[in-house]
Amino acid sequence: MAALLDRPLDRGNTAPQGPRVPGIGARRAFSPVRSVLQPCHSASAPPKNVAFGLATAFPGARRGSCGVASLVHWDAPAFSERMGRFGVGAMASAGSQGSRELYDMAVVRGFAISTLVWGIVGMSVGLLAALQLAWPSLNLPPYLHFGRIRPIHTNAVIFGFTLGVVFTGSYYAVQRLCRVRLFSDALSRAHLWLWNAIIVGAALSLAAGYTTSKEYAELEWPLDIAVVVMWVIYGVNFFGTIARRREKPMYVALWFWIASILTIAMLYIFNNLERPVSMWKSYSIYAGVHDANIQWWYGHNAVGFLLTTPILGLMYYFLPKQAGRPIYSHRLSILHFWSLIFLYIWAGPHHLIYSPLPDWAQSLGSVFSIMLILPSWGGMLNGLLTLRGAWNKLRTDPLLKMFAVGLTFYGMSTFEGPMMAIKTVNSLSHFTDWTIGHVHSGALGWVALTSFATLYYVVPRLWHTELYSVRLAETHFWVATLGIVLYVTPMWIAGVTQGLMWRAVNPDGSLAYTFIETLAAIHIYYVIRAVGGALFLSGALIMFYNVLRTIQQGTSEVPAPSPSVAVAVAGGK
Amino acid sequence: MAWEWHRPLEAKQLTLSVLAFVAVAIGGLVLLIPPYFLQGTIEPIAGVKPYSPLELEGRDLYIREGCNNCHSQEIRPFKTETDRYGPFSMAGEGIYDRPFLWGSKRTGPDLARVGGKYPDSWHWIHLMNPRQIEPRSNMPPFAFLTSSELDTSLTQRKLEVLRSLGTPYSDDEIRNAVASLRQQSGEVAAALRKDGVQLSDIGAHSEAIALIAYLQRLGRDIGWREKPVSTASLGEKP
Repeated sequence: MAALLDRPLDRGNTAPQGPRVPGIGARRAFSPVRSVLQPCHSASAPPKNVAFGLATAFPGARRGSCGVASLVHWDAPAFSERMGRFGVGAMASAGSQGSRELYDMAVVRGFAISTLVWGIVGMSVGLLAALQLAWPSLNLPPYLHFGRIRPIHTNAVIFGFTLGVVFTGSYYAVQRLCRVRLFSDALSRAHLWLWNAIIVGAALSLAAGYTTSKEYAELEWPLDIAVVVMWVIYGVNFFGTIARRREKPMYVALWFWIASILTIAMLYIFNNLERPVSMWKSYSIYAGVHDANIQWWYGHNAVGFLLTTPILGLMYYFLPKQAGRPIYSHRLSILHFWSLIFLYIWAGPHHLIYSPLPDWAQSLGSVFSIMLILPSWGGMLNGLLTLRGAWNKLRTDPLLKMFAVGLTFYGMSTFEGPMMAIKTVNSLSHFTDWTIGHVHSGALGWVALTSFATLYYVVPRLWHTELYSVRLAETHFWVATLGIVLYVTPMWIAGVTQGLMWRAVNPDGSLAYTFIETLAAIHIYYVIRAVGGALFLSGALIMFYNVLRTIQQGTSEVPAPSPSVAVAVAGGK
Repeated sequence: MAWEWHRPLEAKQLTLSVLAFVAVAIGGLVLLIPPYFLQGTIEPIAGVKPYSPLELEGRDLYIREGCNNCHSQEIRPFKTETDRYGPFSMAGEGIYDRPFLWGSKRTGPDLARVGGKYPDSWHWIHLMNPRQIEPRSNMPPFAFLTSSELDTSLTQRKLEVLRSLGTPYSDDEIRNAVASLRQQSGEVAAALRKDGVQLSDIGAHSEAIALIAYLQRLGRDIGWREKPVSTASLGEKP
């Protein structure tokens, strides 16, 4: 196995266990390792506790089975050249306070904070929606009734929270993986502000009733155009950064982000083609079954390329960093990357089983959904097996707990999804709360837990400090996990209950239940679900507090190097 | 063993990006293009007509209020579904639906063939307060629709845009859009008054009237349930 080769290139900035040295982050990123991803000919030997990333080790140390310790050397000329390039030459020596950071971490800080805010907003709105379903008197027409609240919730958590974490994590990591500053500071800032403006615009316009009705594509055409502009900015900035990279091989996390950026551009543009009537009203250029077809091509792959592949990118970078282990298998990365992106796009019609969509398309969607188990589990296993030899760390490290449980939920929901795409199962599950349960086991379990762990990882490093309280993060993990269980389980029960009641017949063949009886039967599960959602939100609030305190005790300035850094640098020589 | 052949690709940004895009484009092309060559999905079945101006405005209100978040409009071909809701949905029925409104969740019942199931007055009362008709309902009240006047400033433009997309509205229909809207809303208001609903001036020209006109139209083009049911049949299983 070529397992040990693939891992985040820059492990200099990692100090998962040892004490962090203030100020070491930015400088250590100048890892003098020339090419970490060189072919490793002794790859067949299993890694023996590859020790790297500890504060005691110097940047980029890559010891172990590959015998590439010689890669770690101090390349002084190259180092100075890099420094000069970025106008921070002084940092190479004893250090000048307040110099521009080599990497653009200011914009990442902006994304991290915005993301947290949108996460809290989106989850709070979700809780309100859950409460409204249980107690309809909580509807506040005309602006805040369930019909308008639900798209606000989905847009806020998908495009506010999740996308925000993807921007945060990918901008944080791409600079380190490519060892270069982001392509353009101006684009970075434009991206940050335009994205925040879009989310505000989305919330206001959806509350005002400006919607296309197409799920996760509700925004009307002016906002669609803004989204496309923002996405192009992100794409240019991201691809431009990679194009200027100083590390020739692109780490697997980058593949996932590249594929996500391209695919989302394609999906979003084609699904949102519409002809405006006025500023806030348009009609889809597709009608009926064609509109349904393209909508679920988009809708399903928004799950695939916003909630799966970019999150896998986060997992591929931050999990090995936090665990201090290389990714389990490079070959598995290759296999599951290509098969996942190829197969995912076909599965959209499983949202339209037994609909007027042509039967062959439904069958294709069903078959490709089942095939998707393999690449999905490839990703899950690659992540979980990365923890081999590091499982003991899970006892004390809430971040690794989140990554591990997140991957487990990923595996569970990518098994459940294909099952629900089987026509027989779908005939029962479709239109019921089972779907809601399924989505949330993925969204809360996989996406949100991985996102939380990513934020816990980057925030202390962005503010040059340590996490304010590991114990609070631990509490967050348990509260969130309990919340997920209390959310997903009642939704499964409610879904199956309602599905069975809809199809139940009396001995004479007549329907056994009126519709309202099937709704009344699941009221209690709506209540329990709201409790689960409230717990999950409480966890996020705990995190919010923890992050604020972390920021409070940290600094966005690059602190002056402490003597220990000098020692570390000297050691590097 | 180490899949060295893949290494060069990992160093080539453009090649990797292009290949990734090709990989995702294939499935999309295969799924999205062929349906446009299937007659059943591009030709209306007999009886399917474009929405009247009032129904179209009602449909846009259905979209504005997000009704599709809880009500599907897609009856599947199972006996238990056709018994409950009516004949299963067909592709040729949605030919003028921009956007489609099949929905993905039934927190409330399917509405694909709700047209004619209840009298107009039932819908009026139900929109005012769903729990007055069904105490266990969890639907939000839409009383504000009964007291806000329908905006017809865009009606004609909407028809023009839809015609540019392929809906066969005639010149006359477009020219007389607002007049025909007024006439139909007058008919709905008259039916409501006949059933004893107290209508104010605004109420008679309210958004609720348009929404009711749309709901009453749903699913009837195929000649199923031609006439609205009477109040007496309200006890049937929904």
